[in-house]
Amino acid sequence: MSLVVERPGLLSTVQDLGRFGWQHIGIVPCGAMDPESLQIANALVGNAPGDAAIEITVRGPELLIERQMLIALSGAPMAAQLSHKGGALVPVPSDRPVLVPSGSRLVCGSLSRGTRAYLAVAGGIVCKPVLDSRSTYLPGEFGGLAGRALRSGDRLPVASNIATLSRERFAGLTRRSRTAMHEQGMTSTRWSVPSQTVSGSEELTVRFVDGHHAALFTERSRQVFTNEWYRIAPESNRMGYRLAGPKLDRTRNVDVLSEPTALGTVQVPADGAPIVLMADHQTTGGYAKIAEVISADMPRLAQLRPGGLLRFQSCQLSVAIALREQARQRLRTMCRSIAWEYGT
Amino acid sequence: MGDAAVLVEFADHVDLAINAAIQAIVARIRAGRAPWLRDVVPAFAALAVHIDPDHIGSADPIELVRALIEEHGRTRATSTIAARRVEVPVCYDAEFALDLEPVMARTRLSAEQVATRHAEPDYHVLMMGFAPGHPYLGGLDAKLAIPRRATPRPVVPAGSIAIANQQCVVYPYAISGGWNVIGRTPLKIFDAHRAEPSLFLPGDAVKFVPIDRARFARLADEAGTA
Repeated sequence: MSLVVERPGLLSTVQDLGRFGWQHIGIVPCGAMDPESLQIANALVGNAPGDAAIEITVRGPELLIERQMLIALSGAPMAAQLSHKGGALVPVPSDRPVLVPSGSRLVCGSLSRGTRAYLAVAGGIVCKPVLDSRSTYLPGEFGGLAGRALRSGDRLPVASNIATLSRERFAGLTRRSRTAMHEQGMTSTRWSVPSQTVSGSEELTVRFVDGHHAALFTERSRQVFTNEWYRIAPESNRMGYRLAGPKLDRTRNVDVLSEPTALGTVQVPADGAPIVLMADHQTTGGYAKIAEVISADMPRLAQLRPGGLLRFQSCQLSVAIALREQARQRLRTMCRSIAWEYGT
Repeated sequence: MGDAAVLVEFADHVDLAINAAIQAIVARIRAGRAPWLRDVVPAFAALAVHIDPDHIGSADPIELVRALIEEHGRTRATSTIAARRVEVPVCYDAEFALDLEPVMARTRLSAEQVATRHAEPDYHVLMMGFAPGHPYLGGLDAKLAIPRRATPRPVVPAGSIAIANQQCVVYPYAISGGWNVIGRTPLKIFDAHRAEPSLFLPGDAVKFVPIDRARFARLADEAGTA
């Protein structure tokens, strides 16, 4: 126990890559909303891709780091600062490994762009797995830290040998890459990796393949869906992004039978306002599905914040598969090159 | 459903025989343990297969699932894995039957008749969803088939047994819901920390067993739901 929450931030949760194999009893995988950034954060501290880290939302937490610890911040750019033993606050560099001395206070500020940042620590956050995953399932109230977002006073479990582990890993780095010294006793690499999923503007085009019930919508509504901009509504969360914009009408108002849904399903309730299902969505649903956002675009969508503008672009399934595979290879290459810096 | 999940639709309506066939196919697919399978989800008249992209590369998920269905859909029903049978004690007392009045008015049955007709048939878990451990049960007596409440309740107590249309549900924990509540079970429906987290599994045969208040209190104590 050496990571203490002094302030929780807006919504900070423990997440890994998800809890698979339980959707038949109504449990959705959950996991990081931007799994690419989570994997990069993990790679930056020498972790396995699926180790658990802290997902930070819009405004970050303040954490007391009681022991020497190798950390990395990835995902949306965030103004983070560190103070060692009550000293002045100095900026913490993102997107690279940072060795932080014991007795440090990490003050994460607001995200300047995007919605989610990830804080990984060497060895991961090691809270007890529930159904094979450490992801926090907020609607079901289990997983992560007691099934809820972090609160002031929480102590996050980390590897018992965190200081040794951190020093050893960082020492492995210095053999291959020159290190940069910072104020307040921090050390980091000179190199950093570029952010992969956060766009420069709050406008995003995502691609989709037709949903199961696309044919139930009027021709005009299907055109509107691909031509107009939608705004991410403020009541959006980890379960779904509610979209404000032109309403979508159906040719007939027949009830659709409740059936399984997926990450990225765009469903349209009777009021005609579409909802994109995100990581904590329900496993089944009875609303008409107009579209399925392709896998490759989901991490980017997860970084778009409420108020951001979204447009949908039609895409062939074969293209969606190719893009998914490209994204997977790009991420793998990046994680390998980071691992190479660690000499592994 | 996009490039990482496939939905296979068998019908556009609920049919108990079709659902039983879907449950059998899903059980066989799950038993086959293909490494690229993340989740296999049976539903009323469809099934979904969620895929791990790390295992399939550029392969077309629809082709993979088509082959899976061909392989497992042709086996005779006699080779299915035997369905489990779950007995669920229910107290139908007015205290727990929050919607007893409207149900009696709609069905023109007495409180006793509602309970008897509800406990009589064998039910089957057709689909799970809405919340972890939340089953949709088919087999409801046609006389009890009434619409959902006009306004959902903000909170339905955990363990509530509720009916609407041709089905019955059991609320795994206190959540909002619009079905007509006619009783409550003292059992713990869902616990993520149990070896088998869900009391119900898709395809299960379910039998409701009427109990009185005293037995409800005793079982609730044992189950830790009191």
